[in-house]
Amino acid sequence: MSVPGTLDPPRSTPEATRATPDPAPPVRARRLSWRRALRRDWQLYSLALLPLLFFAVFRYLPMIGNVIAFRKFQPGGNPLGEYWVGLRYVEMFLNDSTFWNVFTNTLVLGVLTLVVCFPLPIVLALLFNELSSRRLKRFVQSVSYLPHFLSVVIIAAMVMQLLSVDGTVNQVVRAFGGEPISFLQQPEWFRTIYVSSEAWQTVGWGTILYLAALTTVDSDLYEAARIDGAGRWRQTWHVTLPGIRPTMVTLLILNIGTFMAVGFEKILLLYNPLTYPTGDVVSTYLFRMGVLSNSFSYAAAIGLFEAVIGLTLVLSANLIARRAVGTSLW
Amino acid sequence: MVTVEQPPISAPAPPRPALRRRRGLKVTRGYRVFQAVNAVVLTVVVIVTLYPFVNVVARSFSQEAYIRAGQVNLVPRGFNLSTYKLVMADDMFWANYRNTVFYTVVATAVAIVLTTCYAYVLSKKQLRGRSALVGIAVFTMFFSGGLIPNYILVTSLGLKNSVWAIALPNAISVFNLLVMKAFFESMPVELEEAAAVDGLDTYRILWRIVLPLSKAMIATMVLFYAVAFWNSWFSAFLYMDQSELFPVTVYLRNLIAGATGAGSVGAADADLQTAANIQAVTIVLTVVPILLVYPFVQRYFVSGVMLGAVKG
Repeated sequence: MSVPGTLDPPRSTPEATRATPDPAPPVRARRLSWRRALRRDWQLYSLALLPLLFFAVFRYLPMIGNVIAFRKFQPGGNPLGEYWVGLRYVEMFLNDSTFWNVFTNTLVLGVLTLVVCFPLPIVLALLFNELSSRRLKRFVQSVSYLPHFLSVVIIAAMVMQLLSVDGTVNQVVRAFGGEPISFLQQPEWFRTIYVSSEAWQTVGWGTILYLAALTTVDSDLYEAARIDGAGRWRQTWHVTLPGIRPTMVTLLILNIGTFMAVGFEKILLLYNPLTYPTGDVVSTYLFRMGVLSNSFSYAAAIGLFEAVIGLTLVLSANLIARRAVGTSLW
Repeated sequence: MVTVEQPPISAPAPPRPALRRRRGLKVTRGYRVFQAVNAVVLTVVVIVTLYPFVNVVARSFSQEAYIRAGQVNLVPRGFNLSTYKLVMADDMFWANYRNTVFYTVVATAVAIVLTTCYAYVLSKKQLRGRSALVGIAVFTMFFSGGLIPNYILVTSLGLKNSVWAIALPNAISVFNLLVMKAFFESMPVELEEAAAVDGLDTYRILWRIVLPLSKAMIATMVLFYAVAFWNSWFSAFLYMDQSELFPVTVYLRNLIAGATGAGSVGAADADLQTAANIQAVTIVLTVVPILLVYPFVQRYFVSGVMLGAVKG
């Protein structure tokens, strides 16, 4: 009996093939026919059945379910809609001024989050790396990871406590002779609150991958840079940063991919009708339209638009990254 | 003390170069200044990270009058335990807490089984159709059906008001799947080959050989999923409409929803403040389990993420 998923002779992984100067005969030539593959590996394939069922039902079926964006949908009726209505719902949201308002809010919050929350982990990781005391470093790291493990509900609750009229922030405001501000009721504060709570929660955890990348930077490069007379700043600039560039690019692409979905759950918890002018984003708007007002087709049209933009952003970011710096997700 | 070193997973850790010693033989004055500034900055980071926790604990033990007067920061004023007694006497709170435990256990169990099976299949490099199977999973990372079709799906399947509405739609996290796949790929093939020579079939190889060697990885995955399900609130918020079915996160959400004015916009300040210490106590009681296990599980998370990053 042969090992599942392996050919009988010792296999050569692509890495191994590349490493050996005398490459083994290509594996591709010995590829099995489907029937032989099934006969040999049916047990492996059977293990994939339930997961595939999961992907089919809970990931791909909803994608098909998006047809209701172009069909009349009645709650309780056919889940795929009753009849075709063409682009009616698309035209509807394109002519909806609220939609364009929430679209702008999404872009603004997305850009702000990216600008603040993308570079901060890099800076923090560099600072961690310069700490000379190992114990201190470990302690600071552990503390900074902590917020990542909290439920967004708890984060929102703590934000509300800190920003309430009697909260710490307003005590500081009072101490400087100001009038207490009800921060969460004021649209002009929403973006600041959202982005800073996002930073509080994600920056520490975000350092992990950079710290891992920092350990892989070749120390001979530092040696060479020092011999060339580079100080610490220039070593950081010319050796460290280029060393972690692949990580930076990968994370940037991933961040851009989630750009359109900006913290839906957190915004849902933090916003209120008073802060809709700045806080309402595409995902929260379609949630209210669909689930709360039962305009499922309309909301699905917006959701589909959002998903397509998200996919386009990832693909183009990936393409640009590959062309410009030679690093990409695939 | 928490340790970050020694990843418990047998991922080949890159040797740590002794950066500091090599980088600067002479310590310049500028560098000493930098070190001081760095220490100050990182101290501020620690304080800013921890302050909200300290503040909420202080509020939870304080009398409402002091909170309303804006006098509670680092230490409780008018120390009392009566708010704790009040919240803990609420049967609904404990019912919802039990729900959280139940949902977390069921959803994590489902997720672990599905993720392990699929990751194992995907780790077999010579499997015909493997790249298609990987693609099916990875594509969903970048394109999803969206909220509305998912809502309609779960509703039409009749999963509302059951644990399956939480467990099934989130049964496989593709990130976790890729981490686990990377782990299985890093295992030596020889063991499985030997087992196959001894006549074990795939199921037995997975169950008797692979899984016992993957205990640390599975523990990490359990933690990843359990924390995610423990913290989740939106699925329950969306699919459950009876308060005795809520998890504790939704309980807390409903408690604070009044305070944002999500329900009542122009609510008077007095109404907002009534719940201030109750809110604080509920936050503390919800966060304590996480804080208690955090020091012990944090390193598993770190190593899991690193493994995913290095191999993924």
